[in-house]
Amino acid sequence: MIYQTLAERIRTNKPVVLLTVISGPNIGATLLVSPKLGELEKLGTLGDAELDRVAMRDALGELEAGRTSVRNYGPTGQVTPEDLHDTPTVRVFIESFSPPPQMIIFGAVDFTAALAKVAKVLGYYVLVCDAREVFATKRRFPMADEVLVTWPTPVLTARGSDLGPRDAICILTHDPKFDVPAIQGALATNVGYIGVMGSRKTHAKRLERLTEVGVTATADLDRLMSPIGLDIGSRTPEETAISICAEIIGKRVGRAIPSLSQGSGPIHK
Amino acid sequence: MREILSDIDHWRSQNKRIAVARVVDIEGSGPRDPGAAMAVNQDGVVSGSVSGGCVEGAVVAEALEILGSDSPGRLVKFGYSDDEAFAVGLTCGGVVHLFIQPLEW
Repeated sequence: MIYQTLAERIRTNKPVVLLTVISGPNIGATLLVSPKLGELEKLGTLGDAELDRVAMRDALGELEAGRTSVRNYGPTGQVTPEDLHDTPTVRVFIESFSPPPQMIIFGAVDFTAALAKVAKVLGYYVLVCDAREVFATKRRFPMADEVLVTWPTPVLTARGSDLGPRDAICILTHDPKFDVPAIQGALATNVGYIGVMGSRKTHAKRLERLTEVGVTATADLDRLMSPIGLDIGSRTPEETAISICAEIIGKRVGRAIPSLSQGSGPIHK
Repeated sequence: MREILSDIDHWRSQNKRIAVARVVDIEGSGPRDPGAAMAVNQDGVVSGSVSGGCVEGAVVAEALEILGSDSPGRLVKFGYSDDEAFAVGLTCGGVVHLFIQPLEW
């Protein structure tokens, strides 16, 4: 029953945390905790009700942060060094299963299919959005988890508050009607990555239009990775997708890798 | 774990006994982070991986031994300079701690 619930939660992208005693009394004992609408569903036990309570509290913190770790307790949940003196140590493996990060791609263009494909390899939940219904079809983007025919503003209004540091927004349209509202909407979220496609010339023109609508704060403009991607000399949509995803990874872990957005001169040499 | 669920489901439907090995900790350089999982069924068929292919063979042997005993599971350590454990290790020089247990939950 624990395994079935775990598998079901993982498959439906719902958060769940699995606790396992890996040394000490009750080795192999398992507790599964699923947050559901403000309540907690608890299956199994680590062997002691107080230990369950204390470890569960820690596990929910780990789940919130998307972390997996090992913690040490006394057999009845003791955590302070004095209480742990002279008692066997129970080591508990706390394994968090967070929902996958999301990537929202605006613009149903050639690059979109390649980017969606690479993002799926990296484990993203991928949403493709374009206002043109001939282009935004599930048939063209079978790898995407969702394809929406709409404008950026309603999508980001509805989902923006769910986006966090692990998530990404990639704006691949070169159409000001579409990319200006997409950038405005993206800047209103806490999304970790905002990439905008286009040449340096396109980007300069876009900056003028952003100024017209009042997007001028340096802190905002610095969040825009544009031109999008790392400077690895990509040419094909697939190579470009790799350069975008590599930039996302580098930005998330805080590595200084030469992004196109920090250079000058033509993108394609 | 996500990538091995389908195989586990399939084996469960065939009433196979299954052991699951999970990376719980790494010291130094290690190819896979905590949470990386591998399942082994009673016939020695494998799903998933816990390293870059360096220790999987030894994990299968350990998993089959656990399935053949009444062990509730055990911690196993693989490291380059580790005398206590097996003569296999990670070429990258790290140490990986695995918990291997029968999937009876």
